[in-house]
Amino acid sequence: MADTTFLGPSLGLSAILFSLGVAGVLLRRNAIVLFMCVELMLNAVNLAFVALAQLHGASGYIMVLFVMTVAAAEAAVGLAIILAIFRHKQSVDLQNINLLQG
Amino acid sequence: MTQFVFYLFAFAAVLGGAMCILQRNPAVSAIWLMSTMFSLAAIYVLLGAELIGILQILVYVGAILVVFLFVIMLLNLTHASTDMRGPGTLAAAIVIVGLLVVELAALWQYTPRRLAADLAQAPGFADPGTAFAAGELTRQATAAQGVVGALATPLFQTYLVPFEITSILLLAAIIGAVVLAKRRI
Repeated sequence: MADTTFLGPSLGLSAILFSLGVAGVLLRRNAIVLFMCVELMLNAVNLAFVALAQLHGASGYIMVLFVMTVAAAEAAVGLAIILAIFRHKQSVDLQNINLLQG
Repeated sequence: MTQFVFYLFAFAAVLGGAMCILQRNPAVSAIWLMSTMFSLAAIYVLLGAELIGILQILVYVGAILVVFLFVIMLLNLTHASTDMRGPGTLAAAIVIVGLLVVELAALWQYTPRRLAADLAQAPGFADPGTAFAAGELTRQATAAQGVVGALATPLFQTYLVPFEITSILLLAAIIGAVVLAKRRI
């Protein structure tokens, strides 16, 4: 049997970090901080994958690799969008970004 | 001792996440998030995923967070005024996050013994000891091939097609970032 001392605590830590990320997305208006909170949520999910991979094999580790790739792609495109919006509006405050509001 | 180290890094990770969403200055937020990611890398090593821990430092801290800091400093946002939402949103956020914590904290109850007992009830799993064969196989592969080999074999065999699709995703992200960052969209 695997050494699963840290399985429960790891999943709990993952839950706390994910909730912190959700709280940040709900509370902050700065678009860049919002992106950082999304990264925090992705990290929490990675932790759950790694913790469960102890029991369920290497697939969990490979999912973590894919999540990292998607996070890198998302950061590149998202920060480019923020740069374009900043050039247009001179602000990254989400209250000023309401182009799609009717 | 290992327990102490684990809880030390877990505390550091939670502190870093909390400070990340509470700090007014985005650059300071990014540094706190960096401490969270370093702590998570240490926890990955404690969980027996050394390669993932190193990749965490290389990819997240070395690439993604540096890009974040680069953009923050490029936009010169360091003197931004407070950007917390109002009290109404704060109350809604507390309710939503509280519910989420209650839901996710149920994961704390998840222990292998309990899962094995649950699986033993299901048809097809007579012996709880055989319930986690995949994890045992991975451990044997790690002992035989090393940490990288045990990960590379399934990555380039079972998951070859998703791996190749990942390269298309990265190519699309590169093109998208270059197009978006051009002066005229």
